[in-house]
Amino acid sequence: MADQLAIGSRRGLKPALPLLLPAYLWLTVAIFLPLSAMVFFSFMTDLPLAGKEWTFTLGNYAAFFSQSLYSTLLLSSLRLGLEVTLWCVVIGYPAAYVLAKVLKGRSREAIFLLVILPFWSNGLVRIFSWAMVLREGGILDTALNAVLPFKINIDLMYSYPAVIIGLVHSYVPYMVLTCYLTLQAIDDSLIEAGRSLGASRRQVLWRVIIPLSMPGLIAGAALIFVPVVGSFMEPRILGGRTGTFYGTVIEDQFVAVFNWPLGAALSFILLAVVLIILALAAPVLRRAG
Amino acid sequence: MAGVQVANVSRSFGAHKALDNVSIDFADGGFYALLGPSGSGKTTLLRQIAGFDFPDSGRIAIGGESVERVPVEKRRIGMVFQNYALFPNMSVADNVAFGLSVRGEAKATIATEVQRALDLVQLGKLGGRKPHQLSGGQRQRVALARAIVTKPRVLLLDEPLGALDKALRVDMQIELKRIQREIGITTIFVTHDQEEALTMSDRIGILRDGRLVQEGPPEEIYDRPQSEFAATFLGDANIFRGDATGSGIKLPDGTTIAASTGASVPAGAKASCAVRPERIRISTGATKPDPAGANMLTGQVSKRIFAGNNSTYFVDRDGQTLKVIVQNTGAERLAEGQPVVLSWSPGSTVLIAAA
Repeated sequence: MADQLAIGSRRGLKPALPLLLPAYLWLTVAIFLPLSAMVFFSFMTDLPLAGKEWTFTLGNYAAFFSQSLYSTLLLSSLRLGLEVTLWCVVIGYPAAYVLAKVLKGRSREAIFLLVILPFWSNGLVRIFSWAMVLREGGILDTALNAVLPFKINIDLMYSYPAVIIGLVHSYVPYMVLTCYLTLQAIDDSLIEAGRSLGASRRQVLWRVIIPLSMPGLIAGAALIFVPVVGSFMEPRILGGRTGTFYGTVIEDQFVAVFNWPLGAALSFILLAVVLIILALAAPVLRRAG
Repeated sequence: MAGVQVANVSRSFGAHKALDNVSIDFADGGFYALLGPSGSGKTTLLRQIAGFDFPDSGRIAIGGESVERVPVEKRRIGMVFQNYALFPNMSVADNVAFGLSVRGEAKATIATEVQRALDLVQLGKLGGRKPHQLSGGQRQRVALARAIVTKPRVLLLDEPLGALDKALRVDMQIELKRIQREIGITTIFVTHDQEEALTMSDRIGILRDGRLVQEGPPEEIYDRPQSEFAATFLGDANIFRGDATGSGIKLPDGTTIAASTGASVPAGAKASCAVRPERIRISTGATKPDPAGANMLTGQVSKRIFAGNNSTYFVDRDGQTLKVIVQNTGAERLAEGQPVVLSWSPGSTVLIAAA
């Protein structure tokens, strides 16, 4: 089997080259080269701009380990990633289930459109509209006070929940889409078979549907967890003072402090940590899937 | 085990009447085929009995207990699906164990019951395989084992052999019948394959456009169809249409056809006669005459299809093409274009009242 595959791919590679090349050239130019430059920067003492002196150093990486601030921030970013992913599962999976298994035809198309609609608007606009909703005297506060008989004070702006709300809103469509794809591939007769064997709807969900849609859940979780850990836009705008995370610190190095070498080093540490987490999780997830 | 009673069940989907006042009694331990073309409502009826869908009106009882509003998981039925519907993420043994496990049976009980069910379908050694590692026939057996291991009251089969090739189908028909006899379970089987229905079942129900057309043992439906549809859908039939004479019909050209089986239709009413192709004797007319009272027609052979053990002759007669099947006994074969005499007994002619 493996031999056959190897032979097949060797014979198949040459005609496939014209198809592969554009993508790989683009990846090389657009990702590999800048990334290599960043690796290079991360070992420098200063930016080689305006004739500044620079030498190679490991100091940028050492900074991460010598100051507990960075690892503390990284931990809180990882926690943020976990929480956002969890909420995306809680909110996205049921929606994907209804889209894939309950709705049919036109109503499915309409609801589907609503799921991907946020992709069509600018991310920054979305975040600022959340700011309008969440601040004291904002839309949520005003609306709730108009309905409720007692006075409450909703000021979620510049808080951890606001960051979570903004990030979940940005990323939940990924979970809906990946779960929708795997759920939709589950034959309805499997659900019927489960019920004909005496399983309640809940038992069918836990024993048949969730295990079979695990690949979608895992893909969605990976698509969400990784960028959320490094996110900076939502934490900065919606989190304010409480919104200092690992991602915002990296952003500061590039935008505010102009310490690109430190920013690059912090980025690669994040990359390493995320890869390690994914590698550790892989065997567990593969068994679950 | 239990019988199933379906009484006056109707079910509409929008304007489409999928089931129209259907009543059938499935006796305990019997093997029933629900036969009909696609869209006839046979699968809808099976789904009503299973409990995947509820009737608009009417009553369904399993073992005397009304179940028409009971959800499928509480009906204690076993079902085999057309595409088998095995859980792809579970091993064969886990698939079979599913029904016992959701019921909370003890692990040891489950293991013995699963092994017994797999042995029954002759897959005792394949419990550790995944469904995708099995052939179509093996998957079919696993689906059957999974459906019967919970000791259901009724076994429902939705075109279970539809995806198998011809040789395997025949094997599985015999196998299915053996297993059904062995456990004695009431079995209801949906199929569009008339041969399958004839060879396997104790009784057949023919459905058309949501109505039950005829119900009875295979021999009875084949020998005494009550409608042109039943006559042509279950087996082949030559149909003659005319006016009833009291002892047969009179064709528009004045020929009379005597019929001594089937419905009694008052003289003068519209009626038809059905004759099975294998009941008709075909000759050149030069051989010995037929017994007195036999129906006789003349025609011309338009086509002959040789199929080894038999030949089918298409005979043109007054704008109608009749079909005659002759066993290959070594007798002289008739050529295309040859004038022939067709004869058959009134006892082989079934009188059918016009719908």
